[in-house]
Amino acid sequence: MMKHGRMAALISLLCICCLLLSGCHGANEQSAFHLPGHFDESRTYEITFWTKNDTNMTQVEIYNNTIAEFEKIYPNIKVNMRLYTDYGRIYSDVLTNISTGTTPNVCITYPDHIATYLTGQNSVVALDEMLTDEKWGLGGSQIKFDAPTRDEIVPQFLSECEFNGHTYALPYMRSTEACYVNKTFVEKLGFTLPETLTWDFVWEVADAATAKDENGNYLVNGQKTMIPFLYKSTDNMMIQMLRQKEAGYSTAAGDILIFNDTTRGLLKNIAEHVKLGAFSTFKISSYPANFLNAGQCIFAVDSTAGATWMGSDAPLIDIPEDQLVEFETVVMEIPQFDPENPRMISQGPSVCIFNKEDPQEVMASWLFTQFLLTNRVQIDYSCTEGYVPVTLKAQQSAEYQDYLAREGEDNQHYYDIKLKAAKLLLNHVDDTFVTPVFNGSASLRDAAGQMIEEVTKGIRRKKTVDDAFVDDLYKKMTSLYRLTPAEEGSQAVQQLSGPLPQTAVLLIVCLAAAWTGIVAYGIIRWLKDRKIANSKKND
Amino acid sequence: MKKILAALLILVLAMTGMALAEDVKVMTYADYAAAAIDDEVVIECYVQAHQSWWDNKITVYAADQDGAYFLYEMACSEEDAAKLLPGTKIRVTGYKGEWAGEVEVMDASFEFVEGEAYVAEAKDLTEVLATEELVNYQNQLAIFKGLTIEAIEYKNGEPGDDIYVTLKQGEGTYSFCVERYLTGPDTEVYAAFAELVPGDVVDITGFVYWYNGVNTHITAVAKAE
Repeated sequence: MMKHGRMAALISLLCICCLLLSGCHGANEQSAFHLPGHFDESRTYEITFWTKNDTNMTQVEIYNNTIAEFEKIYPNIKVNMRLYTDYGRIYSDVLTNISTGTTPNVCITYPDHIATYLTGQNSVVALDEMLTDEKWGLGGSQIKFDAPTRDEIVPQFLSECEFNGHTYALPYMRSTEACYVNKTFVEKLGFTLPETLTWDFVWEVADAATAKDENGNYLVNGQKTMIPFLYKSTDNMMIQMLRQKEAGYSTAAGDILIFNDTTRGLLKNIAEHVKLGAFSTFKISSYPANFLNAGQCIFAVDSTAGATWMGSDAPLIDIPEDQLVEFETVVMEIPQFDPENPRMISQGPSVCIFNKEDPQEVMASWLFTQFLLTNRVQIDYSCTEGYVPVTLKAQQSAEYQDYLAREGEDNQHYYDIKLKAAKLLLNHVDDTFVTPVFNGSASLRDAAGQMIEEVTKGIRRKKTVDDAFVDDLYKKMTSLYRLTPAEEGSQAVQQLSGPLPQTAVLLIVCLAAAWTGIVAYGIIRWLKDRKIANSKKND
Repeated sequence: MKKILAALLILVLAMTGMALAEDVKVMTYADYAAAAIDDEVVIECYVQAHQSWWDNKITVYAADQDGAYFLYEMACSEEDAAKLLPGTKIRVTGYKGEWAGEVEVMDASFEFVEGEAYVAEAKDLTEVLATEELVNYQNQLAIFKGLTIEAIEYKNGEPGDDIYVTLKQGEGTYSFCVERYLTGPDTEVYAAFAELVPGDVVDITGFVYWYNGVNTHITAVAKAE
């Protein structure tokens, strides 16, 4: 048995080594793409474009129009679009397809995800050479449409796509987070909104909003439901809190710094407000917009790209009409620790190109990618939500400036909350930041949000959130998201070696007793047999 | 001696069994329904259907003879997912949660339990649809007869994703859904909607799911006789 065990372990070890040597995803190795000197228009190409859309039909129409316009200019390129409901599924499918060599040609994605895609060598095309090539580069002389040049992309947004010394994507749209505030309720509670929200102010108002009458109705809204402060993306919440406090998150090289005392303090503070019923999250409760619009939330933090769902007059509403409540909505920056130096995340989709054996097919992908940055696409798409175009060319165009100037003209295209959300980012580009990108940064982001979720659920489930809870949480996150190097990963083992549950102890004691009995019986039996044998011998 | 040892072994095994049994307090459906949101729950139920497995998670529509459960993103290996056939008995441990009105079991894990299979029959809730009583049937398999189709919309405008179906009964309008992760484009029910048009009167079978109000996940549709 022992031999078989060792052999099995050896075989397993060999298998693991083989897998490691063959790359994380068993990737099809490819040589790096180099821009060919020309684009062969005598051939036809069929490329796939994966992107995300979740029920916004206007955005779907824009994509369809974009493809139709592009195919008119390049009739030899056919673009097949595949829509996903969320970025997580795109990420997962791309990873699967890297191993089978069936990646899409062009894909809307996030830099964190690209860092993982790069474990398949040369799977994602480095765009450095393509950004500046005079003929085929961005806005190059051979491009048949009015594409922006490299200098016409907002430098900060472009730099967000640079990592490992290369540019692996182009920004497509940018947004940040905003706090959508029910000003009517804030004032009803006796508070006045400051110019810039602070965490202290938000917590104070949120705590005050939890007061109920003798029938269990919240005083502020007269309803049975009220979640004063609701956050959509808890990973962003933790990341921004840490950045505002200039606390550790990670280094550019991928060293994990998040499990620190500042994080601990933040989690314990959040727990105190959860205890009062002042805070919850999207994952636990549902969309902030729905609670806000039903008069069941005062501070709803969500992307500026979700602005069309926010407010009593929002063009997109997801709750029954009879649940809608009239109130004044204000769009504000997310809460800050230092209002003089506001910090907020820069987010939004980018677009990357996957490498293929045929460089001409990659060229076709590159042309389509450039087309996504033309003014028509940039302006049309950004206007569907509180997005901001990523090119200065589009931002400074007369058409876009006119759009911004018409804030509030109607509750559809010029919906004031949407335009205010877009302006919030335009006015704060210099206050935005992104987190370092490395293989594993997507997991770190998940862990950042998961810690807030776990603390919130912990309190709701009547657990005590103290240092011991946070210690356990750090270990759990470290292990679950594989965030530490191998030698430090042994923390997970330490976790396993903690005290056993009572039933397990009892089970082990019982089994030990049973085996002791069996062994004792065996020995007694053996001694007896021996005695009989000896006496027979003596006879 | 043998007798003493045999007795010892029996005692040990009995104690072990008791220790294990003591830890698992399986709730009845009534206990589950009475539990507060965020309480830990342990239930034994039967798989009725499930959404597609993904990322070591699976969302299951389950029931017992007294009621039904929605097991949201339960931890599950791909291998075990293949064994979650309709009727399969499982013991689920998780927390009761509520998301947009849908009462569900969150953060759950499960184990297979020996037992006879059980598949619930669709309950005719046609008369209950417009009433507040409907919520008491949440997650059960139900049939609603004689509903008029008002609109059929594909999410993102074309087949492939969810189908949103607006239905009318008397003065009431209801949003139901063909959830692609439950009944995707390759299923009969998904294809059936391509043949239906507003004005058609249909019988709808599905799980009484909730999203800010009833939002049944449709599993079958037939033209009303």
